[in-house]
Amino acid sequence: MSATPAAGAHAGAHHEEPHQPVFVGPVLARLEALFPKYPTRQACLLPALWLVQEARGWISQGAIEEVAAVLGLTPAYVKGVVTFYTMYHTHPVGRHFIQVCTTSPCNICGAEDVVKAFLQHTGCGELGATSQDGRFTVIEVECLGACGFATPVMINDDFIEGVTPERVPGILQGYK
Amino acid sequence: MGYPHPSHPKEEPVLSRYFGDAGARTFDGWVKRGGYEGLKKALGMTRDQVIEEIKNSGLRGRGGAGFPTGLKWSFMPKEVTKPHYLVCNADESEPGTFKDREIIRWTPHQLIEGCAIAAHAMGAERIYIYIRGEFTAEHKILVAAVEDAYRNNALGENVFGSGRRIDLVVHRGAGAYICGEETAMMNSIEGKRGNPRIKPPFPAVAGLWASPTTINNVETLAAAGPIMVRGAAWYKGLSRSSPKSTGTKLFSVCGHVQRPGNYEVVMGTPMRDLVYDMCGGMRPGRSLKAVIPGGSSVPIMTAAEIEDCPLDYEGIVAKGSMLGSGGMIVMDDSTDIVYQVMRLARFYAHESCAQCTQCREGTAWTTRILERILAGQGRPEDLDLLLDLADNMTGKTICVLSDSCAAPVVSAIRKFPGEFEAYLSRNRQRTLVTV
Repeated sequence: MSATPAAGAHAGAHHEEPHQPVFVGPVLARLEALFPKYPTRQACLLPALWLVQEARGWISQGAIEEVAAVLGLTPAYVKGVVTFYTMYHTHPVGRHFIQVCTTSPCNICGAEDVVKAFLQHTGCGELGATSQDGRFTVIEVECLGACGFATPVMINDDFIEGVTPERVPGILQGYK
Repeated sequence: MGYPHPSHPKEEPVLSRYFGDAGARTFDGWVKRGGYEGLKKALGMTRDQVIEEIKNSGLRGRGGAGFPTGLKWSFMPKEVTKPHYLVCNADESEPGTFKDREIIRWTPHQLIEGCAIAAHAMGAERIYIYIRGEFTAEHKILVAAVEDAYRNNALGENVFGSGRRIDLVVHRGAGAYICGEETAMMNSIEGKRGNPRIKPPFPAVAGLWASPTTINNVETLAAAGPIMVRGAAWYKGLSRSSPKSTGTKLFSVCGHVQRPGNYEVVMGTPMRDLVYDMCGGMRPGRSLKAVIPGGSSVPIMTAAEIEDCPLDYEGIVAKGSMLGSGGMIVMDDSTDIVYQVMRLARFYAHESCAQCTQCREGTAWTTRILERILAGQGRPEDLDLLLDLADNMTGKTICVLSDSCAAPVVSAIRKFPGEFEAYLSRNRQRTLVTV
């Protein structure tokens, strides 16, 4: 869950760019619509972070500071929460983020061969790396909760069941 | 039914009857199929009468612990002096388990109806459904169904004209297995890191925002509607072996069977029937090696142990394992047990919240020792070391994540010693895929 040195370098590089506020206009309205659903502002933290990631693709230090200000929390507290949850990206990732389940139930059904096929056909080469064209990042993910449909793969918000190495090139066609 | 396969004659589809039927997803579609009659009936009864009905049905928690549901509901205070909350655990992430996902994606109103019945029984005005972040399609389906339910007064300030207010909020997780643990889930809803809390206080006394709270699994809540409609006696009668295990249970079967899927059977159905008949047995030319019957956190069973094992809480305990969530991982003779146990240990190491030393260090050490054995660098004392570690990881932490890592390791060493010996004697070596 901790950031790798490479990821840290990414985050640092992006930190220097001024942060453009996320919570304005319709995004702010979506956040404010959540307030009556919880007795505290703090409880809106996970939904707020989802709104940031939806808008920007990842959660930068500037975004962390903005979320903290909007919800009345400290940036350090928000960062502690962001880094606890694996789905929040603390550094930029490829345009299409590919997660292949390799926990035991899928593993015994050949999930590692699916990973190899994705690494090969995306040109990513290794896990966690982004392809040169910025198009793909591939990671192994722990249990996606679709064990009867081995191997499940998530590409961005798309959940694809029953992926085999043979299907990989065809699937990638859909993600330009 | 064994979605995506047609229903098998040995199944008893109650909760899974409409799996694969997209028409059941809307409010109108659900009502057409007899939906919301259970909620209407419950609203005409007192809180105590509903709890009594659930108690009499024998329904037990389907998330893994098997705690009697009616009894759990009765722990909520009778007097409502603070807000009461119901939390529905839809953070399904126990390896091998994928039943709640099907309930949500095909019959979201079955879940909403069960939630509303439970909320009424416990005097809760607000329900949070905590759904795991990766279930993107199911999240959309559920949110749409909740809006549909509000439009039709199945939720809102005056549910079906009863004067009862019941609100429901769908809260999305963000990738953390530990948030399936009930106290971690409450922290996560409150906007905190998902660290489990020390109990007591138990959630019914001080849960969400220190208010009385009850957390139930999706499948447990989904069963409330049918129980209200058809009665406790009917549900209790669905029992083929132990009278303490009643009703139907969804078993998610995955791994090396011919027809993996969700199968709904009467409690006490022989495990053999599920694996060999409903799921079609092993792939051609293969034989069964092992089954992890209740999600990855329970001890492994050998092929011989499943032969005369009834599928219920007591039957599986008698064989030294647990029914757990009903997520059944089936492994044939091609499976490298040591490698798969390492993958499970790696899962737990990845998912440890790192609060407790025994878990933070123990899950990581267990993984590294297993990796060393697999790389052909094992030491003769490694198995004793793993067992010693496992002992220190069992019953000593705030939650049971570290126990869950220890269970498959210990049972694999005890039941499949030859697999470990092959690596330790350097007769076998595996090149690891690194993460």
